[in-house]
Amino acid sequence: MKLNRRSFLGTATAATAALSAPAVMGQARPRVVVIGGGSGGGTAARYLAADSDGALDVTLIEPSRMHYTCYFSNLYMGGFWEFDDLGHDYGNLAMRGVNVIHDWAMAVDRDAKTVTLGSGAAIPYDRLVVSPGIDFVDGAVPGWDVSKQSLMPHAYKSGTQTQLLKSQVENMREGGTYCMVAPPNPYRCPPGPYERISMVAHILSQSNPTAKILIVDPKENFSKQGLFEEGWARHYGAMVERIGPDFGGDKVEVRPDAMEVVIDGMVEQVDVCNVIPAQKAGKIAELAGLTNDAGWAPVKPEDMRSRMDDNIFVLGDASQQGAMPKSGFSANSQAKVVSNVIRGELTGSRIFPARYSNTCWSLIATNDGVKVGASYEPGADQIESVSSFISQTGEDAELRRQTYEESIGWYNGIVADIFG
Amino acid sequence: MLKQNFAALLLAGAVLAPAGAFGQAVPLGDATEGAELYQYECASCHQIGDGAEHRIGPHLNRIFDRRAGSYEEFHYSEALARQGRDGLYWDLARLDAYIENPRSLVSGTNMAYPGLEDATERADLIAFIRAYSDQPQNIPEASPTAFAPEVRLPPEVLAIEGDAEYGAFLSAECTTCHQRSGDFAGIPGIVGWPQEDFVVAMHAYKKRLRPHEVMQNLAQRLDDEEIAALAAYFESLRD
Repeated sequence: MKLNRRSFLGTATAATAALSAPAVMGQARPRVVVIGGGSGGGTAARYLAADSDGALDVTLIEPSRMHYTCYFSNLYMGGFWEFDDLGHDYGNLAMRGVNVIHDWAMAVDRDAKTVTLGSGAAIPYDRLVVSPGIDFVDGAVPGWDVSKQSLMPHAYKSGTQTQLLKSQVENMREGGTYCMVAPPNPYRCPPGPYERISMVAHILSQSNPTAKILIVDPKENFSKQGLFEEGWARHYGAMVERIGPDFGGDKVEVRPDAMEVVIDGMVEQVDVCNVIPAQKAGKIAELAGLTNDAGWAPVKPEDMRSRMDDNIFVLGDASQQGAMPKSGFSANSQAKVVSNVIRGELTGSRIFPARYSNTCWSLIATNDGVKVGASYEPGADQIESVSSFISQTGEDAELRRQTYEESIGWYNGIVADIFG
Repeated sequence: MLKQNFAALLLAGAVLAPAGAFGQAVPLGDATEGAELYQYECASCHQIGDGAEHRIGPHLNRIFDRRAGSYEEFHYSEALARQGRDGLYWDLARLDAYIENPRSLVSGTNMAYPGLEDATERADLIAFIRAYSDQPQNIPEASPTAFAPEVRLPPEVLAIEGDAEYGAFLSAECTTCHQRSGDFAGIPGIVGWPQEDFVVAMHAYKKRLRPHEVMQNLAQRLDDEEIAALAAYFESLRD
């Protein structure tokens, strides 16, 4: 076993060193450019810079000076966390040797191997990591586009949209209706919409107990469904109602100016409407020619390398890799594999076989946390799940409290891993 | 034989502790019960008895009336070290409070123990620990190896020399939750553990003897070499 792995690794390292030799000749340091400073890009930049100990020239391109995590933004929605708790700056990444540029990546010239910034500058790369997160599919919910996002917020990219939605919930008329138009698969953070429902219910059950919550859902079923439905019934009585595709949840149109939602021809007047449209890879992935007809960037399972370009890796939500959910945890896990591979290719360090993992915690009510997770490995065509677990219905309150506390520990852990 | 020792000790020590600054006397309990509790609650991190050494946590011989965080060779959390400098001594009342809820007495401690709610159980545990303090001639002759390990591993598994560089790669899977600084912030620190303790803990998860789905799931696909690699890497991170 030991000998096998050693000799396999030795071969892999030798082969990649030979391949990468031309890339590193004639320049001071090999250059890696990372587009996107979220959980995928931030982790990749940090590990590339820290682990290569200065051997790589690492540039991170990220327009925002503060990253507000999407994960745990629902805890802000539920009043458990302050908005500022979600914000992280790039100071520590810069200190660890990452060249952080706050600008937009406007274009990628794959022949010249450069990234063009909003300022017009072109940044050269030997390897490019693209981790732009999601964008919304135009026309996915008839009647809605981003020009209507102040009337009907998506709140699915953390920041001012999250604040806006929270304020609308808090100011909703007594006995009013909060409606969520849930997204079709695949989308960022599978349990996210339903954890949000839990947190909105938590707020409303205290401040506006006669309010109603309506989910219009195009999907037959959803992540952690049994756990959420059990929790909603236990904590929030009949406040939450979900209309699935069997009752027209997949045939929805919105009229933001009138605050109307039309479900299979039936008009519902609502007071707050959270529209989470169908999603696709972030725009720059599409502009760089890395996406397929489905709107995602297909990658190879063994190292997240783009199927369109051997010098480019796509991480996180934007990638189409197989069985891993689109989550910050997944992106962080993928970024570490990519960092190991890029370092190996450009500096000759050891490359190890990929392994991936993910765990998603969700909060249903005060001290009522649940989780789902799995281990993943590269299969022949895509990343495959090798083993998994999920919280059970009927668990005792103490276990649920521990799960919640563990989720806080995870948050502290992952943001320290990226931004600390 | 352990039992007899404790019974004798108990006859001598069946007293109430003096009221401490916490205002309430903490009764000493049944050290025999305490010995069993110690095995479940403490032994995977703390050694006690003849020849006990620091492991994941410091050894607990002569803990009574010792200043908190006072072993120079042990790497404490900054929080516990500071409290020690500020004058925290382990008397009965404070040990009781610490075992009840470590983080309410020392916010920021690295001791990843959720606490023991039951006051009788705490009294039993303290009675057991008490026997290893104060009067050296009374220390039972049990050695730390008298406690059965969580998992009995073949010597060749324990002897594997971990590949720390491979461990550094594998550790990426750990550090999404466990902080590289070793800090406890809701999820236990695992930095600087003795390799053997790390290996035993991971095999205990792999065999599902330790409860925790995330850890059991992660441990499933780690082979003996990989567990040794991780152990070598995390031990090397000690300051």
